[in-house]
Amino acid sequence: MSTFLWVVFPYLALATFVGGLIWRYRYDQFGWTSRSSQLYESKLLRIGSPLFHVGLLIALMGHLMGLVIPKTWTDGLGIEQHLYHLFAVVGGLVSGAMIVVGFAILVFRRRTTSTVFQATTWNDKLMYLLLGLVIAFGMWNTLSTALDVSHDAYNYRLGVSRWFRSVFMLRPDASLMVDAPLQFQVHAVLAFLLILVWPFTRLVHVFSAPIGYLTRPYIVYRSAGDGPGGRPGSGLGVPQKTWDSPTSKRG
Amino acid sequence: MRIMAQMSMVMNLDKCIGCHTCSVTCKQAWTNRTGTEYVWFNNVETRPGLGYPRRYEDQEKWKGGWTLKRNGRLALKGGGRLHRLSMIFANPKMPGVDDYYEPWTYDYETLLNAPAQKNFPVARPHSMLSGKPMQVKWGANWDDDLGGTYATGADDPMLKGIADKVKFEFEQTFMFYLPRICEHCLNPSCAASCPSGAIYKRTEDGIVLVDQNKCRGWRMCISGCPYKKIYFNHSTGKAEKCTFCYPRIEVGIPTVCSETCVGRLRYIGLMLYDADGVLAAASAKNDQDLYEAQRGVFLDPRDPAIAAEAERQGIPVDWIEAAKKSPVLRLIVDYKVALPLHPEYRTMPMVWYIPPLSPISDALRNSGHDGEDANNLFGAIDALRIPIEYLANLFTAGDVAPVRRVLDKLAAMRSFMRDVNLGRPEQESIAAAVGMTGAEVKEMFRLLAIAKYDERYVIPTAHREQAHALEELATDCPVGGGGSGGAFGSGSGGPVPVAIQTLRETKARMQADEMSQVPGSVSYLTWDGKGMPGKATPDDVADRSGIPGAESERPVTGPSLVHAGEEEPGVPGVVDPRPDQGER
Repeated sequence: MSTFLWVVFPYLALATFVGGLIWRYRYDQFGWTSRSSQLYESKLLRIGSPLFHVGLLIALMGHLMGLVIPKTWTDGLGIEQHLYHLFAVVGGLVSGAMIVVGFAILVFRRRTTSTVFQATTWNDKLMYLLLGLVIAFGMWNTLSTALDVSHDAYNYRLGVSRWFRSVFMLRPDASLMVDAPLQFQVHAVLAFLLILVWPFTRLVHVFSAPIGYLTRPYIVYRSAGDGPGGRPGSGLGVPQKTWDSPTSKRG
Repeated sequence: MRIMAQMSMVMNLDKCIGCHTCSVTCKQAWTNRTGTEYVWFNNVETRPGLGYPRRYEDQEKWKGGWTLKRNGRLALKGGGRLHRLSMIFANPKMPGVDDYYEPWTYDYETLLNAPAQKNFPVARPHSMLSGKPMQVKWGANWDDDLGGTYATGADDPMLKGIADKVKFEFEQTFMFYLPRICEHCLNPSCAASCPSGAIYKRTEDGIVLVDQNKCRGWRMCISGCPYKKIYFNHSTGKAEKCTFCYPRIEVGIPTVCSETCVGRLRYIGLMLYDADGVLAAASAKNDQDLYEAQRGVFLDPRDPAIAAEAERQGIPVDWIEAAKKSPVLRLIVDYKVALPLHPEYRTMPMVWYIPPLSPISDALRNSGHDGEDANNLFGAIDALRIPIEYLANLFTAGDVAPVRRVLDKLAAMRSFMRDVNLGRPEQESIAAAVGMTGAEVKEMFRLLAIAKYDERYVIPTAHREQAHALEELATDCPVGGGGSGGAFGSGSGGPVPVAIQTLRETKARMQADEMSQVPGSVSYLTWDGKGMPGKATPDDVADRSGIPGAESERPVTGPSLVHAGEEEPGVPGVVDPRPDQGER
């Protein structure tokens, strides 16, 4: 059982995640959107959505810090466990609070605004349930770590984090997870379940974060002869440059 | 100098009767789908009025279009790239559905299912978004014909500065209709606002389109467009906009809104412009200089040097020829009677308008004067400041002078042509008063009043060598491109092309004097009632004197349903489907 949960299942989830994203990118560009509901309602969204999303971005960085960077590295830098703990707990609590409050506002809005609720699919509802559970267990983990004054509680950096890295280094070690408290185990399993369904939900919009906007010229020209997605075709060969490009300042 | 061609439109507002046919046919063609119930790529507004969506022209609120920074550089009014990305989780400047209107239908079923009762059953309105019963409180043209303006009239953003002068009392009011489509700007701020780079301007004809595969639904274009002519499809989660009916334009026929316009007030043609001059023109220091600045980037293809350079830069010769004959060029450059809508947004819009003289001549007539007398009209244009200032707020960023010049020309044309039509001596002095000759006035009148289909729409077809790649056809093999078709995504299967043949026949039908000139048309003149009627030929028309088909020895060209020599002469064309009925 532990082999399945901590070795087979993560790889299954990751393979589905990568394969699913590639499949969807190739065949469902048209369905690739955040499916915004701002048209129906924007007062609650304007508070809830930025809270939730910014909180998630902070939490993502926290997870990267806690899971990817080994304890030996921070020790080597002279960062004491106490200092690290303080930093992680404060960051975790702040981002967690933002996520929970934001998520609550968004779910409340989705349920009570009839137009938004009407536009919510079963796919969305299952995804929200899963996401909510992941957030709930994540908050439990953060709180159980934060409220622990005696400092003898479970140190995830010696267990969960090492297992997490072992998965990505293709040397999965299930034994590292067996001793973890139940709430950590549930959080990890649910998180991989979320990763598994990711490509098939509206969560794909995370991977269309428009970073290219920062370097792209303002006005895009495309030939009528270009193929879908702007691949060059048999246009008239008119120069594609435009007047405002962030790299070449003119005027 | 980089010469580009732009498919452009001019609308003559004097001829608009506000019938909304353009809106309805456009909606039937493009937005009668789930997710676009509230969307009108073409809408007709009564002005003064709030417009659609409500108060869209209030850029202090919506922050659409461009603005000049203190250092004189052009910038998006809604903020630059970083600012836009920081707003990505909730766009604060996006209109809600209430700013457009909540689309509704009626529960017609009640009318059919209602039991016998004393009172008539009523079909009540239901929201098409939530499905729940709703109170209809606003629509796409709620203030049509100034309806309800006692309550909302003062909210028209264009009344700023002249609000105290405009009266909504019935006797003193003035109004006109403003049909609006996407402006297909030379400097589109929607495209500049799109984080995904999904909105593009076509190099060949300047039509601005949204790549539905690249759009990720960030909604920045909706706030970026000052005309609010990009809409959010709430079903697909993607942005959609007026396409200038590019599948029709590519085969040389006008947009649906133009084709079906009852007043025949729309003109379509090419404008050549210098793409390198757009930034400087859009950065003109003073808002009121933008009209002149935009005229400055247009190039005249009748200048041999320009035509030669355009050809050298790869613009097809027939396109240059079409640009020379463009009615839009004549209205904007030669007669200078067309003005851009809201040049102060600095997007360089390319759907221009001839401002209406009718509100002024109507006012004259209502006050007992001769509304078509040149002197009366010239005087009235001066005296009736309110309509002119209002028109100036729409078309010239508040500069009254260009609007006056246009109205003077239209007034002169009206008076001059009245004398012509009544057989009175032509008064060259009327034409001279607006700097024209009588012959020029007649030419302008011809274009504005009686121009035929192929004079109003001069649209060169897309080139055959490009035809394989035309977007509408999308004939590329999906396997080869690694594209988006197929494999049970929502983009599965190739798009069904509109038959170019059908469109060509439509155009031929519109231009033909005789049915026989229409390719593919069927002639009933030589049909004897047997088999299928044949294809029409020019000779058919000559045959009209005789009894249809009686003397004709011309073979019927269509496929015949009835085989030669078959019996049943009394019932031609009917094959009995029950051959063994008698045996039962």
